[in-house]
Amino acid sequence: MSLTTEEVRHIARLARLALSDEEVERYREQLSGILDHFEVLNDIDTSDVPPTAQSLDQSNVTRPDELRPSLPTEAVLANAPRTEDGYLRVRAVLD
Amino acid sequence: MAHIDLDRTAHEHAAALRAGEYTSVALTEATLARIKAQEPALHAYVTVTDDLAMEQARAADARLATGETTALTGVPVAVKDLLSTKGVRTTASSRMLENFTPVIDSTVVARLNTSGAVTVGKANLDEFAMGSSTEHSYFGATHNPWDLERVPGGSSGGSAATVAARGVPLSLGTDTGGSIRQPAALCGILGLKPTYGRVSRWGVVAFASSLEQVGPFGRDAEDVADLLQVIAGHDPLDSTTADVPVPDFKEHFGRGFDGLRVGVPAEFFEGLDDGVRGPVEASIAAMEANGATIVRDITLPTAKAALPVYYIIAPSEASANLARYDGVKYGYAVTDGRSAEDEMSRSRGEGFGAEVKRRIMIGTYALSAGYYDAYYLKAQKVRTLIRREFDAAFEQCDVIASPTSPNVAFRMNEKLDDPYSMYLNDLYTIPVNISGNPGISIPCGFSEGLPVGLQLVAPHFQEASLLAIAHAFEGVTDWNRQAPPTLG
Repeated sequence: MSLTTEEVRHIARLARLALSDEEVERYREQLSGILDHFEVLNDIDTSDVPPTAQSLDQSNVTRPDELRPSLPTEAVLANAPRTEDGYLRVRAVLD
Repeated sequence: MAHIDLDRTAHEHAAALRAGEYTSVALTEATLARIKAQEPALHAYVTVTDDLAMEQARAADARLATGETTALTGVPVAVKDLLSTKGVRTTASSRMLENFTPVIDSTVVARLNTSGAVTVGKANLDEFAMGSSTEHSYFGATHNPWDLERVPGGSSGGSAATVAARGVPLSLGTDTGGSIRQPAALCGILGLKPTYGRVSRWGVVAFASSLEQVGPFGRDAEDVADLLQVIAGHDPLDSTTADVPVPDFKEHFGRGFDGLRVGVPAEFFEGLDDGVRGPVEASIAAMEANGATIVRDITLPTAKAALPVYYIIAPSEASANLARYDGVKYGYAVTDGRSAEDEMSRSRGEGFGAEVKRRIMIGTYALSAGYYDAYYLKAQKVRTLIRREFDAAFEQCDVIASPTSPNVAFRMNEKLDDPYSMYLNDLYTIPVNISGNPGISIPCGFSEGLPVGLQLVAPHFQEASLLAIAHAFEGVTDWNRQAPPTLG
């Protein structure tokens, strides 16, 4: 299976990865090769087989809905690249 | 100051500390000095935490004086730099997290601290635990102490290399597709991947949430059991931990091989080097000679498909988990872009390394519109078949034996340009993450001077059985007591 340059650019856009032209070409080749290795799965009969999301036999684990202190804002924001008045600062997303 | 033999195991150090032979402060000083002497050749650490270690050593000595100790009180331990440590930067060996300092301890690190262990540093890894050689680290590759021109395996290569080199007696790694067992094999030590759900993942930088577990490295079964004892158990902060009793992981020590049924599936002996096959077959023969029954008619035909299943599921989960690195909340950030999207895309494009971007691309593709059923859903269905085959095999045997890796430690740069050949290193370890079973790699011989690992896999939550077999194996062989050439 061979991916096109446009397909690779589309995937990179979905993943929000800015790639150089060299990276796009390298990933086009490598991803095409890796996808070829996935073909063997088509030979396995999975009709009537349910999917497994994880290997533990438990689901819908809940805890009591109780108020608990959250992490201190100042400590959490210390790792943020841009802050203002105790908030994260981001570029405008709407014009 | 009394001479301290740093080649001792953790339990030997612990006994000496309790006997007052030396203090944790003296042991920690000597350990830090050795690590620093080895680092120029080995590069096993991203960060060595001298001050924290000495503070913990002083606290351990005070605790030793009271007699209220655990098996690890005062004993030096290294942790993979994927485990959050409060106030100590946690990088995942990525430029993305080069300056990230967590505000919490991961549950496993909190439990280590409660035990009184001394954490000496954050061990190097493949970026975000994606890799099998520890060459994909933003901070530079780790070297194998048996041959510095070769890789230590990965992704937990730093954790394995420092234990093999006798820098520390114990360390923690994580295993998503073999990242504990494969480096343990390539470095000639023991490494255990617990059952999925046995150990908390809270505070572990996430890669593939349905596959990964934190686990111990050590140089004998007793040390590995002692460290697993500290980190295992249900955690209210991680809803994927199992609320099941934690046994004494040494409870079956002394049981030996009598009556043990060792399954040897043919599928796990395809595609391996002859140099690996020899020691693995000899080890199986040694178990048989000491009372085990070898069961060769078990079969796991779908296990061969585990590699493509893994390289769909793990990157898919990674693409979702790594969406959090947006250049806004924390991590590497471009702040002079044209727009919010431009800044986010460039932050990720510049902050992530080549292998991480490759896997995000694979995962994004597999989850994208039109391909979800063909790739992700199909992989999850095949996952069910693999799980069923393991369950069926364990009706005929107690443990499954195989090589850990198809080859010994390879040369640096040898596989960097060919991702799939790198992925093949985990051919025998990946099925065990897919099924969630516990697995251990134990030293079982050498090929041209390089260590070979034997993988043992047990039914879910039977880590104690694996450790008992490892312990019995140490009684009839001395592979785990072989040391690499002295460094530094």
